[in-house]
Amino acid sequence: MWLQFLWAFLVGGAICVLGQLLLDVGKLTPAHTMSTLVVLGAIVDGLGWYDPLIRFAGAGATVPITSFGNSLVHGAIQEIDQNGWIGIVTGIFEVTSAGISSAIIFSFLAALLFKPKG
Amino acid sequence: MANKQKKTVTPTMQQYQELAKKNEPKRPVWSNCVKAFLVGGLICVLGQALMFMFQKYFGFTEKTAGNPTVAVLILIAVILTSLGWYDKLAQWAGAGSAVPVTGFANSMSSAAIEHRSEGLVLGVGGNMFKLAGSVIVYGTVAAFFIGLLHILFVGQGGGQ
Repeated sequence: MWLQFLWAFLVGGAICVLGQLLLDVGKLTPAHTMSTLVVLGAIVDGLGWYDPLIRFAGAGATVPITSFGNSLVHGAIQEIDQNGWIGIVTGIFEVTSAGISSAIIFSFLAALLFKPKG
Repeated sequence: MANKQKKTVTPTMQQYQELAKKNEPKRPVWSNCVKAFLVGGLICVLGQALMFMFQKYFGFTEKTAGNPTVAVLILIAVILTSLGWYDKLAQWAGAGSAVPVTGFANSMSSAAIEHRSEGLVLGVGGNMFKLAGSVIVYGTVAAFFIGLLHILFVGQGGGQ
């Protein structure tokens, strides 16, 4: 179990360093950096390498934004395998619903309750 | 800068730009990366702890524990954003706090709170995805093309 924490720390940290390098060395804007990482995660899952990474690093692979790309592809492919080609549009948001829905709901409630700071 | 672009500016402007470039502070890439590594790694450790907790006490499996974990991390990030603390962390941690899913939540909630004064529909509703939108758009488009490749090379199951 402790080893799992260590790998989560190392892999998650490494993905963040990749993001930092895209910002500092690649001179990309934050939006470009995040989009690049998401597309990267999608491609890695398309090649079938993201699942092994999750088995190995746990939250180190599921918490960074790259896993968002992975979930989008995962949902699409899962639905394609089950229901045929239409799965490409019905499946994309299937796995990733928890993240998007909770981010929308909590952000909306926060906007109702809080005033902008600093 | 490309030569073509340089021709449209006067020599003085060119000189100034070169001077400005020379005096631009060097980005502390090394220390930025160390900070990003530490903070990003720690957020993932927190996620791992939540995952173990959901598996042990709430009967989720290794595969399904990811969803409640992400939801809780997002809730934490939105609360910290509302208190103005996440942005302080982000200034120090750079990509370390932006790359995890908490950074995604931060970008949405900060946009929502910031534009609250413009109204609930046009302000909050219209601006929430201002920053997070590009992530969703490019993720979705990428997933579409990868799904297309999957149909072409691996095939499709059942259905129509």
